[in-house]
Amino acid sequence: MSTVALARPRRRLTQTRVVKSEWIKFWSLRSTVATLAIAAGLLIGIGLLASSLFTGEPSTAPGPGAAADPVSASLAGTTFAQLAFGTLGVLLMAGEYGTGMIRSSIAAVPKRLPVLWAKIIVFTGVAFVVALAAAAIAFTGGQALIGDGGAAWTDPGVARAVIGTAVVLAGSGVLGLGLGALLRSTPTAITALFGVLFLLPGVATLLLPDSWGTAVAYLPSNAATAFTAITRAAGTLAPRAGLAVFLGYVVAAVAAAAVRLKRSDV
Amino acid sequence: MIEVADLTKRYGGHTAVDGLTFTVKPGIVTGFLGPNGAGKSTTMRMILGLDSPTAGTAVVNGRPYAEHPDPLHQAGALLDAKAVHTGRSAYHHLLALAATTGIPAARVDEVIDLVGLRQVARRRVGGFSLGMGQRLGIAAALLGDPEVVVLDEPTNGLDPEGVLWIRNLMRDLAAGGRTVFVSSHLMSEMALTAEHLIVIGKGRLIADTSVDAFIDRAARDSVRVASPRAAELHDLIAGPDVTVLSVARGVFEVTGLPADEIGDRAAGAGIPLHELTAVRPSLEEAFMELTKDAVEYQAGATR
Repeated sequence: MSTVALARPRRRLTQTRVVKSEWIKFWSLRSTVATLAIAAGLLIGIGLLASSLFTGEPSTAPGPGAAADPVSASLAGTTFAQLAFGTLGVLLMAGEYGTGMIRSSIAAVPKRLPVLWAKIIVFTGVAFVVALAAAAIAFTGGQALIGDGGAAWTDPGVARAVIGTAVVLAGSGVLGLGLGALLRSTPTAITALFGVLFLLPGVATLLLPDSWGTAVAYLPSNAATAFTAITRAAGTLAPRAGLAVFLGYVVAAVAAAAVRLKRSDV
Repeated sequence: MIEVADLTKRYGGHTAVDGLTFTVKPGIVTGFLGPNGAGKSTTMRMILGLDSPTAGTAVVNGRPYAEHPDPLHQAGALLDAKAVHTGRSAYHHLLALAATTGIPAARVDEVIDLVGLRQVARRRVGGFSLGMGQRLGIAAALLGDPEVVVLDEPTNGLDPEGVLWIRNLMRDLAAGGRTVFVSSHLMSEMALTAEHLIVIGKGRLIADTSVDAFIDRAARDSVRVASPRAAELHDLIAGPDVTVLSVARGVFEVTGLPADEIGDRAAGAGIPLHELTAVRPSLEEAFMELTKDAVEYQAGATR
């Protein structure tokens, strides 16, 4: 070939460079950016809506006005945002299998695992920053709407609730990313993620005998809620235990994904 | 240099690649030939570390591909034109791959120009034709200016101009001292491009030979003879090593006896000949003859 000088000097593959590659991949897909925007929009929008409906009266009726405290009201969008961040995590990995991109990625990084680590680093960084900003906006805006009965940043548990929400949202996304790598299919991984996060707690409460009540507290979504809750409800874990259990699920999913990625043909 | 030794891949009870051993040398284009389903793609995927072998080894430039610290500079591959995220532009696809080993963006522009995708580089790959996808795959393979270039059916979906372009590209790469390993199920295509051939069928090695030798070995010359006194001629040329096949009234296809010998004998006996033509089977026919029963020919190939 006539011109090859630009391909020199030969540089090595490093984890940092693979992170840069994943950074380029992340921002060059419209679907990724759109899902991220939707996630932030849901957290802010629903939080503000629930805050404007917040009465301070304990209510038994379901719905956004039923939040127990002003902090929960302003972060009422967490569950919806969790869907969006989780989907984004799934798309990041399973999308590569769906399109065949994974074969190009692995041919470029044949050691394979650096691709998974890089995706987790890029996703966690971006998702945490976006989720934290959105949670802070939802909290600040929500308290302004609530007015007199509202909470302040300095109130006990508030910082944990806001930062914890960002941790849970980013963590749910990494859980989705792990499931995407493990199951290699977007619909299957999304179904698994939503099942684990949203259906399992209800099903477990219905089906398990009362003596198993403590086990329900260890489900990922209940553990996450325990971490972010302002007031600890009966039968739930302490905040730190909740965080540890939730992150345990995330780590387990990523570990399983790593084993499958390293061992299976792509 | 690609060295494959005893390479085997089984899926459940099915053996896709069965004990392949061969070497692909630098400086020439080596064709990888076999009918569809012969195990060519699986073999190439094992060379690139996408599939792990059930047994045996595949080594690129002295070590398994995955163990190189600079993989894109060691080997570049087009294994599948669809190995691209359809929502990303060609430019960003290449930019992301290049970033893994710190190849600069200017090189991305260079390969885009090289494969002729400048006009569509910023468009999403989802709208690309198969030919454009192949060009993008080739651009990705060349990003790191690799020592080894592996191309799986690169001419698929290309127009005649594109086919010619690929042929010249492969020759140029080989002339530059690179190892070029290209698969095809078309013998005619390989005869135009490759110098050396690895032929497989049903996952087994059928031939590892130069293109010329392969054609000589595969092509069994026959002679077409027409005569009004066919019965007499038949007796005259029949022999233990000679096959005479009647193709029409008064017309034979003779294998095992050259045309001049048949002509001389006919003249000696005073038998008139209306036609005497040496028939060389096409490359395609020669290839099909060799691969029609891979297992049977495997015995002959293990000299």
